[in-house]
Amino acid sequence: MAQFRLSRRTFGASLLAASALSACAIRTEPAPKARVVVVGGGFGGATAAKFLRLEDPGIAVTLVEPKSEFQTCPFSNYVLSGFKTMADITHNYSALTTTHGVRHIREMAVAIDPVAKLVRTSGGQTLAYDKLVLSPGIEIRFGALEGYDAAAAERMPHAWAAGAQTVLLRRQLEAMPDGGTVVLSIPANPFRCPPGPYERIAMIAHYLKTTKPRSKILALDAKDAFSKQGLFQDGWQSQYGAMIEWVPLGKDGKVARVDPAALTLTSEFGEVHKASVANVIPPQSAGRIAIASGLAATEGALAGWCPVDPFTFESTRAKDIHVIGDAAIAGAMPKSGFSASSQAKFVAQAIGAVVNGSPVPTAVFANTCYSLITPDYGISVADVFRPTAQGIVAVQGAGGVSPRTPADAAHFRAQEAHYAEGWYASTTKETWGS
Amino acid sequence: MKPFLFGPFGLAFGLAFAAASLPAIVAAQTPPAPVSGRVLIATCTGCHGQNGKSAGSIPVLAGQNETQIRQAMLDYKNDRRAGTMMNRHAKGFSDDEIGAIAREIAANWR
Repeated sequence: MAQFRLSRRTFGASLLAASALSACAIRTEPAPKARVVVVGGGFGGATAAKFLRLEDPGIAVTLVEPKSEFQTCPFSNYVLSGFKTMADITHNYSALTTTHGVRHIREMAVAIDPVAKLVRTSGGQTLAYDKLVLSPGIEIRFGALEGYDAAAAERMPHAWAAGAQTVLLRRQLEAMPDGGTVVLSIPANPFRCPPGPYERIAMIAHYLKTTKPRSKILALDAKDAFSKQGLFQDGWQSQYGAMIEWVPLGKDGKVARVDPAALTLTSEFGEVHKASVANVIPPQSAGRIAIASGLAATEGALAGWCPVDPFTFESTRAKDIHVIGDAAIAGAMPKSGFSASSQAKFVAQAIGAVVNGSPVPTAVFANTCYSLITPDYGISVADVFRPTAQGIVAVQGAGGVSPRTPADAAHFRAQEAHYAEGWYASTTKETWGS
Repeated sequence: MKPFLFGPFGLAFGLAFAAASLPAIVAAQTPPAPVSGRVLIATCTGCHGQNGKSAGSIPVLAGQNETQIRQAMLDYKNDRRAGTMMNRHAKGFSDDEIGAIAREIAANWR
């Protein structure tokens, strides 16, 4: 494919040309101001589709997402602990299609032609776009960890895309006898949901403490430091004590290979850990369509993820394609549903501006991530982000994690657990609701 | 010319970048584009709900007046009011942006 960097000055120029052409065409119904195709129906894509329609009903929006229902990774750890059911984390697209007039094509996007500006779907449809919003989430890099392929994931679930994998891991935990060892393998950066593995440790510990108290959790980590580390370690210690052992990279925590038949995980230096239940969170990349379309970096530490203009989230590799959410290289913004939604709302405004001949607005983004230690013990990280020519940065002096020692700690942690529920209710309604 | 490169980080950063790539005269004629109220308040809704109508335990912003919102945000920013989350978020915005947030919410979220 053609690879070129588009200056922000020309952002939208071809769209205006396309609109001018379509205005001349003979049609029986009014031509839309612009045709936007959105690939992916998660926090990024569903929010973008809905907010593009809210931004300007003259924009025709087609959402390409094979699923009719979406299960969120946020709160899927609470299915593992038993606080939530799969139904609690399941959302559908009916409000987007009926209330907001989004056209939903229940197929997979399999190819993009960024020159002809076409998306091809698994059902053989070809969709023309003036702007494409690509929010494909992650792809599990099967094979990147020796022994871990798609078949291995049926024995050692990753549960890093919510759905059948979440249910499988929960069933394995339920079937495990008291006194068993749950072993987690946690990848190096970057990966989806930086605090997610550590919240999962707490949620599995909660389930084990209440049902199988002689059991252990061994967390093998390819890193020496992680998100909200002090807060997590305080919470693990105070709530679950010796049940949890976290092994960092520096203490041979990195898993080098797995044997799904034997349920063993072997470290870089050859230590073999036998699991009763193994949760392998493997290395990841941007979703397959982004890689296949040449939108991801091919070398360096961020190979496999998509470089974007920090001011517009337009791909630096193809004009008129905005890559948002986990797939994008978004500087300091973590790969979270909140980030994806924040990016989506901005991109909807930016595309709306261009469609209507206005300048692209100046961006600001936010992220807020709550994690639970117990149902009454929440912790959080938050930041405000600004684009710079060097990438997206967090505003200095703002944001950060919950205080380590608040004045009334029990009350503060309970409040944050309460607000975690509130966040989920608001964000899922904003994304999938009417 | 790239007028929105300057952004909210202010003129010093904008000028430094511009000096490397553009004639100084262009930079001098291009004021930093402030973040619009609409873009600013899109950062609130992930928790406070679309149009400030929270769907759960987080406070509703819809219907609050401009003065209330501005004062609350400035108090959070300067740690005159204790919160769990808002002290961290409020510090991410300039006083002018807080004013714009309050105006935009009061005018649009009813």
